Amino acid sequence: MTTASIPVTNRRRRQPSKLRRSVRRNLTAYGFLCGALICFAFFSWYPMVRQVILSFQKTNFVDAPEWVGLKNFRTVFSDPAFAPAWINTAMFTLLALLCGYVIPFITAIVLNELRHARAYLRFVVYLPVMLPPAVGVLLFQWFYNPDYGLFNQVLGFFHLPGLQWLNSSGTALISLVIVSTWMNMGSGTLIYLAALQTIPSELYEAAELDGAGLFKRIRHITIPQTKLILLVMLLLQIVATMQVFIEPYLLTGGGPENSTVTVVYLMYQYAFNFGSLNAGNALGLMLMLVLMVFSAIYLRVSRDNTV
Amino acid sequence: MKPRNLSIVLAAGLALAAAGCGSSDDGAAASKSAAPSANPNAPVSISVNCEPPKTNKVQRTTFEEDVAAFQKLYPNITVSKVTDAFPCYDPKTFEPKLASGDLETVFYVNFPNVGRLIESGQAADISSYVNELKTFPDYNSSLDLFKKDGKVYGLPTDGYGMGLVYNKDVFTKAGLDPNTPPKTWAEVQAAAKKIAALGPGYVGYGEYSGGNTGGWHFTASLYGRGGSVISDDGKKAAFNTPEGKAVLQNLQQMRWTDNSMGSQLYIEWPALMKAMAGGKMGMMLGAPDVLISLRNDFGGKFENYSVTAQPEAKALLNGGAGYMINPKATPDQIRAGLKWIEYEFLTPGKGQLDYVRAKGQDLTVGQPYPDLYGADTPSGKAVTDLRAANANIDAAQFAGWVEGSKGISPKPEPGPYAQEIYAILDTPMSAVLTRKDANVDQLLSDAEAKVNSMLASKS
Repeated sequence: MTTASIPVTNRRRRQPSKLRRSVRRNLTAYGFLCGALICFAFFSWYPMVRQVILSFQKTNFVDAPEWVGLKNFRTVFSDPAFAPAWINTAMFTLLALLCGYVIPFITAIVLNELRHARAYLRFVVYLPVMLPPAVGVLLFQWFYNPDYGLFNQVLGFFHLPGLQWLNSSGTALISLVIVSTWMNMGSGTLIYLAALQTIPSELYEAAELDGAGLFKRIRHITIPQTKLILLVMLLLQIVATMQVFIEPYLLTGGGPENSTVTVVYLMYQYAFNFGSLNAGNALGLMLMLVLMVFSAIYLRVSRDNTV
Repeated sequence: MKPRNLSIVLAAGLALAAAGCGSSDDGAAASKSAAPSANPNAPVSISVNCEPPKTNKVQRTTFEEDVAAFQKLYPNITVSKVTDAFPCYDPKTFEPKLASGDLETVFYVNFPNVGRLIESGQAADISSYVNELKTFPDYNSSLDLFKKDGKVYGLPTDGYGMGLVYNKDVFTKAGLDPNTPPKTWAEVQAAAKKIAALGPGYVGYGEYSGGNTGGWHFTASLYGRGGSVISDDGKKAAFNTPEGKAVLQNLQQMRWTDNSMGSQLYIEWPALMKAMAGGKMGMMLGAPDVLISLRNDFGGKFENYSVTAQPEAKALLNGGAGYMINPKATPDQIRAGLKWIEYEFLTPGKGQLDYVRAKGQDLTVGQPYPDLYGADTPSGKAVTDLRAANANIDAAQFAGWVEGSKGISPKPEPGPYAQEIYAILDTPMSAVLTRKDANVDQLLSDAEAKVNSMLASKS
């Protein structure tokens, strides 16, 4: 064979030139990649590595840090707010999915079916996303006021008794879910709408000719055709809602009676109010591990559907 | 290079970078073992914080004048950086600034955080230097909060005991005499009922319930009734007592039986202040500084408010703020930093105690704080005389508090874990204000178990 007859020294010389060619070919791509890599390295990966290190240390940022094993985790486990924080976070995620996942999808279907004022309504639905979150949250603080808030006035109009909203441990968490859904549904709706518009109209026309009503069209065409985007959005929403912070921070301070304390709110308490950045990091690491499971599923789903 | 290999190299690099950066904490504090420098006139540079914000033009100008005058007085000291971040002590930025070396040499701290900073070694030991301060021997007991094991870690520059702030205008509307404010909790309850009866929006008595402020005010009320939050050795909760029960029962009764507290929850410090400044709230627990803050920060009509003594008080929660020194400061910087604190905050006739200048600039003069010095000490007498000679506010607004608080001992925050304890005590406070059927005994018992568990984990 020809290759066998080439002297060994020549073959060695060819290896670097192949590598060089490969590097040269991809140099521009690596150049573009560098910016993103540097940003991720400094603002995402490095803080994550530091978080892991800090959660096993005790440090005051003055003296040399001391390795304390699992002490920070034990501190967090023994916190009376630890269990309520996880339960509330799970409940918030579940409720936020029920509301914040289903409502935008239905809204997108309705918007997609509309023949008139579609652009205007799309703008109206997206409007809350453009508001700074703090403004939206504080707006709801006024809506929820049991004495003069908008919601109790509406209930009163229909001769229904007013609710305590944020002032009751029974209704505080769902009140936060309503705020979160209102603030975030615009983005979800637009994504669903974009997915809906990729469905070939022939499918609907054929279904209509076969006598399929609205619900049958949704069940047999819309949902199967948007399955991937629905799944991806579900996973992304789980990851996002489990990190809920701004709503309890601004509206309830974790109360009443710890009914709205969430994992990230508790992390904030540890890091900034209790002066224990290490325990806050330990709690953050626990949350990260949980979220990694969902992120892994997300990656698997996206990979399986793109290959 | 294959992507996998590249990622391995990258991960290894990051790990090394992390380890390298982590070691930046390793340097022990410069001040820890350092003795005072032999030459007190050696050139030194310091940074200070808590310059009044740009929106507060008058006080900002006086502060800048003081920085210039201070450097003229001490030519060897350069104030290289002055920061005006508000609030002056921000727990969100404190540790990052300390870690990055960006924390000012002289930094502001409010009383609830003092114990924690001392406990965690985040403030310099200034014991060897404080005797160089002329006014140091005149300090009253507010200094005790900054001490641990005989060492001094900071200096209070503002101090006051708790009282009862009330709106005279609302009192008059409710048919109450604003010159004879409530002296007992029964009188507070009766007055609150009358105020709430004025109509929608009127709140007789406002109280905090979240964001750690509920626990803070529970502590103030409990101290007033003669109780304690933790035992003397700091190892056990001590609030599950008749005094603790009385605090919660009183609130529960006002909220649900009398309906005199409104239904709004106040979960952060400014929330209740805004409500009080709004002009429809009758009373709240608060120190004399609340009156000035209502005027300066919340747009309240100053002349409408007064502060009187906390009802039936046996002890007063000691509120206030002070300054500490960066634990990484050199001995020369510590000495220079203390000179700045002395000049700006502790010298009668200078800085914040320059009442002649304050009067000329239409700042309030005459409020009975800061209360830093013993009444019979030279500094105490000088401050009292200067304040009286330049008073430009109605002393009657504070008279009830001054007279009523005499002889009542101040009591400090409940140890270095005050914020954790306050967070736990938020629960019983929010429970009695949101649930008519809240079981006070059960709430106290649960909170006691939680505090005991937290304190045990700390030890």
